[in-house]
Amino acid sequence: MPSFVISEKCDGCKAQDKTACQYICPNDLMVLDKEKNKAYNRAVDMCWECYSCVKICPTQAIEIRGYADFMPLGAVVQPLRSTDSIMWSVKFRNKKIKRFKFPIRTTPEGSIDPKSDMETGTDDLKSPLLRTEPESLGTDLYEK
Amino acid sequence: MITENFETVIIETDLLILGGGMAACGAAFEAAHWAQQHNKKVTVVDKASMERSGAVAMGLSAINLYLGLKNGKNTIEDYIDYVKNDLMGITRDDLVANIARHVDSSVHLFEKWGLPIWKDEEGNYVNEGRWQIMIHGESYKNIVSEAAKNALKELGENGEYYERIFITEPIMDGDRCVGAAGFSVRENKFYIFKANAVLDVMGGAVHIFRPRSVGEGLGRSWYPPFNSGASTYFTLKAGAEMTCQEVRFVPIRFKDSYGPVGAWFLLFKAKATNAKGEDYMKTRASELENWAPYGTEKPTPTNLRNYLMFKELEEGNGPIYMRTDEAIKELMADITDEKEAKRKMKELESEAWEDFLDMTVSQALNWASHNISPEESPSEISACEPYFISSHSGASGAWVSGPKDLSPSDDYHWGYDNMTTIKGLFAAGDASGASSHKFSSGSFTEGRIAAKAALAFIVDNPDSVSFDEEKIKKLKEKILQPLTTFEEHKDYANDEDVNPNFIKPKMFMFRLQKIMDEYAGGASVNFKTSKALLEKGLEFLELMKEDSEKLAAKDTNELMRCWENVHRMWQAESHIRTMLFREETRWPGYYFRTDHPKMKEEWKAFANCKWNPETGEWEMIKRDIKELT
Repeated sequence: MPSFVISEKCDGCKAQDKTACQYICPNDLMVLDKEKNKAYNRAVDMCWECYSCVKICPTQAIEIRGYADFMPLGAVVQPLRSTDSIMWSVKFRNKKIKRFKFPIRTTPEGSIDPKSDMETGTDDLKSPLLRTEPESLGTDLYEK
Repeated sequence: MITENFETVIIETDLLILGGGMAACGAAFEAAHWAQQHNKKVTVVDKASMERSGAVAMGLSAINLYLGLKNGKNTIEDYIDYVKNDLMGITRDDLVANIARHVDSSVHLFEKWGLPIWKDEEGNYVNEGRWQIMIHGESYKNIVSEAAKNALKELGENGEYYERIFITEPIMDGDRCVGAAGFSVRENKFYIFKANAVLDVMGGAVHIFRPRSVGEGLGRSWYPPFNSGASTYFTLKAGAEMTCQEVRFVPIRFKDSYGPVGAWFLLFKAKATNAKGEDYMKTRASELENWAPYGTEKPTPTNLRNYLMFKELEEGNGPIYMRTDEAIKELMADITDEKEAKRKMKELESEAWEDFLDMTVSQALNWASHNISPEESPSEISACEPYFISSHSGASGAWVSGPKDLSPSDDYHWGYDNMTTIKGLFAAGDASGASSHKFSSGSFTEGRIAAKAALAFIVDNPDSVSFDEEKIKKLKEKILQPLTTFEEHKDYANDEDVNPNFIKPKMFMFRLQKIMDEYAGGASVNFKTSKALLEKGLEFLELMKEDSEKLAAKDTNELMRCWENVHRMWQAESHIRTMLFREETRWPGYYFRTDHPKMKEEWKAFANCKWNPETGEWEMIKRDIKELT
């Protein structure tokens, strides 16, 4: 189910040094055609259809067309991801539509404090206690 | 000269973390704390973008390892027994215990950082199975990588990460690993990272065996296609001892899109049956006695559940179905109130679809494209092609040191947790072997353990490492060779992919997949192999190895594909050699040695291997199993 770019909607992420889809693709598949100023997937058969490009595209120009070697045509699964939730619309081949909304995170983006105010119980590099332990365990560390 | 067009960038650091997935993020989080205390530098190098790199890129619908120690739900010993039985007795108890005793701490941090974990009415985590908890995990990786990046920020100038750099070669100083070499996949830049300790967390290996789908669906492997064996290649080339290279993983998943089955089996209590509706786990239960003591324990080991299904298919009883419709009916059976029934059905439907949408969107599209509603009709399940992933129910990876306080003997412990047999080289996640079932949370946790130990190593070994400039120059030539080869010969033929002077990475990969599938027990031969077949496969691999010198790349993206496939080839060779070495069948649902069809007591042992960088020879090593429980 490779990703494809809808020509009309893609603006090549305008003056950015790279497009959002180029930034995010874990398999480095998305590239910008500089002449047309449109992004495209350069190796659709190496696409994991992880939807990272679909979710991040600022103009919603990327969709997924199910792998043609085993999926009948006509279905569409499209997300709309916000800062705290994701909405999915699932359109069946027979035109039935289902919609789902799920939370994705409980804290504002960028706000994470790694240690989250938890103390580390040792200064010893050789102690088996890790950073934030034992507090983050909520109990003592198991020892033999 | 191509090499002259590439700037050489040299980065010096103390701890070099190679990878960007869950284990790398755990390592960065942990390292930041200890590096700050000891004024050390930490550098992370990722081939992708950390926000969505590695196996959790798409998200997950469950965390598969959480013990609930603070509530006394399980014990460490329970977990060791579970993992050991699933792997038919072949497990490093000390490594499993070390991950298990810390993993809850990581999960509690994930929740603080913003990961939504399902809760019941009393505020407790909702379990999927005994060890698994349910999450709304679409942004699992975004959250964890944000914590890792913020942790590196705590170090100021001493914390940095590089993205879109592909690492391929270890740099050695005598018997010590002192860095890594690679290149930018976007610019003409060659990178040398010099370090006092190196942590290999570059994931497992996919696309070594021919996948079931070879058209567009080629990329729809269950594990990500960008996990290409970099971890194994790196430790092998450094001369580190490897373990369980024969212990591949063959997952059974929803057919073709490989959607997860865990929620259906564990949360919804669905059954898998043959076409006649027979539950083969019941009708074929007697077969499990042949694989006692593991086969007769509960839960039945993953590979044996596979095996019973293979037997059904061999006898013509397919398709195999997950009876989603019956499971939903069962869950709705006791609800008589109409309003409540409607509410419950909506809840179940939402849970079922979220399971796919959180982690394998393709499966949702597959259902929609086939007009499948799980409450109305069952869905086919099938075995994927084999993968190398020690964080799940496979076990392949580097042989690493266990923790001092838990390891049963000196040959399991040599100074620093998770250090390989090479000084200064550490491994975790899919890169370390014989500690299966760590999954996302355990991989993150093992990254933490390894990073802390690596910093202890750095503090104990402060001498600066030496670099042979001539060797670096040669390494640059070697790594960029596919670009040079293409440049030299591209004008000979008018097709850039068909040229007698070179081979492009895509065909190289197909050749590897064909060899592995047909000779090393792939899906098309029902996972069966033998000494004669393996030896033939090895013969073909030797020819491939020669041809790997003629790989050609037209740009840096293709250069990455060339090296990914060299990595895969090395993973493949260590796999074949180890299957040859272990003269028995121990995991019949992963691979079956037709010439040694039974499990043997003498092989209740680790089958390890090592490649010698000086002589180029392989050494096979049998090691004892030493148990804690």
